[in-house]
Amino acid sequence: MVAMPDQRFAYLNARLLDPASGRDEIGHILIEDGLIAAVGPDIFPNRVPDRTEVIDLDGLCLAPGLVDMHARIGEPGAEHKETFESAAAAARAGGVTTLCTLPNTEPVIDNVALVEYVHRRANEGSDVHIRPFAAATQGLNGKQLTEFGLLQAAGAVALTDGDRAIADATVMRRALSYSTAFDVLIVQHVEEPSLAHNGAMNEGELATRLGLKGIPTAAETIMLERDIRLVEVTGARYHAAHLTTAKALDVMRRAKADGLPVSCGTAPHYFALNENEVNGYRTFAKVSPPLRSEDDRRAVVEAIRDGTIDVISSGHAPEDPEAKRQPFEQAAFGAAGLETMLALGLQLHMSEDVPLLSVLACMTCNPARLLGLDCGVLMAGHPADLVIFDPGAPWVVDSKKFRSKSKNSPFDERPMQGHAVRTVVEGRTVFVRRVER
Amino acid sequence: MEDRACTIPHRAYCSPPMNAPDALPDLPFPHRHLLGMQELSRSDIQRILDLSEQFIELNRQDNKKLRDLQGRTQINLFFENSTRTRTSFELAGKRLGADTINMSVEASSTKKGETLIDTAMTLNAMHPDVLVVRHPDSGAVALLSQKVDCAVVNGGDGQHEHPTQALLDALTIRRRLNRLEGLTVAIAGDVMHSRVARSNIYLLNTMGARVRVIAPPTLLPSGIERLGVEAFTDMRRGLRDVDVVMMLRLQRERMQGSFLPSVREYYHFYGLDHEKLSHAKPDALIMHPGPMNRGVEIDTEVADDIHRSVIREQVEMGVAVRMAVLRLLVAGRGNGNGGDA
Repeated sequence: MVAMPDQRFAYLNARLLDPASGRDEIGHILIEDGLIAAVGPDIFPNRVPDRTEVIDLDGLCLAPGLVDMHARIGEPGAEHKETFESAAAAARAGGVTTLCTLPNTEPVIDNVALVEYVHRRANEGSDVHIRPFAAATQGLNGKQLTEFGLLQAAGAVALTDGDRAIADATVMRRALSYSTAFDVLIVQHVEEPSLAHNGAMNEGELATRLGLKGIPTAAETIMLERDIRLVEVTGARYHAAHLTTAKALDVMRRAKADGLPVSCGTAPHYFALNENEVNGYRTFAKVSPPLRSEDDRRAVVEAIRDGTIDVISSGHAPEDPEAKRQPFEQAAFGAAGLETMLALGLQLHMSEDVPLLSVLACMTCNPARLLGLDCGVLMAGHPADLVIFDPGAPWVVDSKKFRSKSKNSPFDERPMQGHAVRTVVEGRTVFVRRVER
Repeated sequence: MEDRACTIPHRAYCSPPMNAPDALPDLPFPHRHLLGMQELSRSDIQRILDLSEQFIELNRQDNKKLRDLQGRTQINLFFENSTRTRTSFELAGKRLGADTINMSVEASSTKKGETLIDTAMTLNAMHPDVLVVRHPDSGAVALLSQKVDCAVVNGGDGQHEHPTQALLDALTIRRRLNRLEGLTVAIAGDVMHSRVARSNIYLLNTMGARVRVIAPPTLLPSGIERLGVEAFTDMRRGLRDVDVVMMLRLQRERMQGSFLPSVREYYHFYGLDHEKLSHAKPDALIMHPGPMNRGVEIDTEVADDIHRSVIREQVEMGVAVRMAVLRLLVAGRGNGNGGDA
């Protein structure tokens, strides 16, 4: 295809969904040079400008591309589980246009050279935006802080110890305090490790029946309560990666009411599944933090509805079969999530009656705002990172067909409704779903 | 030694004395494996216990050999140390005429799972008819059972289940007290880490007994009441008017640290001695799965009280129960490898 002098695309007759502005109406969008040039129902009063590639969406939904704030990639160190290429392919198919990667790799992404490496590898291997989170402590040791300022300058968009909590209260206090110099977000894995104590699932009747060590909900509440007290003294921007319990969500609700600069996320498995998935020692349902009770699951849904939860991330944690085909306590934590995230978000809207814009806000503008990214909105002047999806399309999860290298989905073989049909990054179409018959 | 033909008439296995006389003979046992008591019905349990009764008599005779499992191969696969249970299973298999082989696999902490699946695949290729498996991880035996074609008997998995122990306990109680239904049984000690406790809770509840558990709060697992038991932290109250006292072994590593401050304190409040036992019914049975820590969870005199302690009888019942389980799971069935599968 011959490149046009200025590349111009128009998507017509889409259901425009922009959670940031509250827009939900049929209209059009014009894209020029990778940016949104105009959006709305009346942007083409006479006709579409010349030399524009036009696609009529005939009522399909068009939203900002998803911003996934929590994905583990195997690179470097575990390329057999996931590479940037395979993760990007999975992201594209899932409608994700910005992917934040965790630093718990081998070696740990805790220095400038490695952040630059991720940037380089990510840009050569993928056409979605990969934004690394860097480690908050050296080697994730929970003791010495990393170079927050230099890491941020190198491209790290947040600091976190990934799936490990920053456990030591003094270290956490200093991390929060130091982060304010650079206004960089600290992302915490909210679980008190001395209380989780090698547990494998939610504590309670089922864990007792299965003879598995349980992780009490208090492990989450205690860590969150403590962190919030530290936010009070430091004024730092703090994000709880995944909240899973009713009690912790109440704590978060109060902290927000108090005006603290705190936010939190969750992942689809915490609002779509409960601990009963673990029954029969199903290791694909072994995730960290663990799946909780049905009451907790409902509380997560309500917290998304009332805005207590800011972010829904995929929680993507690829694992190979060898790590999962183990006795439950030996098996690895984690679930592949990139390719089911959108459909599960839509399920939240359709089955639990959460407004569609609220669901999408958690997957687009909210994470973008927290990370200081200019994507996640359908407004003129912003990057044309888009997902076009058919909210009613029925499909069945078949993990064997995942683009991700890892197939460890707890949703395998489940019927879903709604999926991305086209994913656009900076105006360029990077994914089109072929109609399967 | 010459194998003896089945001196017990075949039909006798299935027309147990306590059952209706018109019980159908030789219905296939409705389970491929024995993984836990949680999945067995009342009639399944009844059937195993009734069949076990037949073997008790046999085991007391001079010639103890049957041909029920002749030509069949039984592998005892133990990823965790055990002498009693393994020996009991081995004897059970041999007395039924099976060829039994013992395998102990040192479960290294890092490669446990790999060893498990790999070993299962390897053994499966040798066409065994039954695997008896003990493993330190909960759920490991169930996982292994999905990878092999033959019957699998759980010989104890982690803190999950130890079904043949519960069955032998039930047989012991039934022979002494003539019933299970309506009895009150107290299970005392380290309930949290005990697979014996869990299997007994399921079995006794299924059979209509009332179950109490007695333990210090740190050794009571979360949500235990939801398993259908009454939980006590005061042993005297927990023992009040019970028909049976089942003591659990206290693992040495629980005795120090944050579960319990000391052996002395544990024995003082939770060790079974004559004084505490006086709160139970006067003829209450005393049981222990062994091996005992005398002076830790049980007083030596109580353990050796020939009128009330049935601890040695439990060992005898163990062989009979395991014979019944093996026969029900293996006899008359293909191993899944043959053409009849």
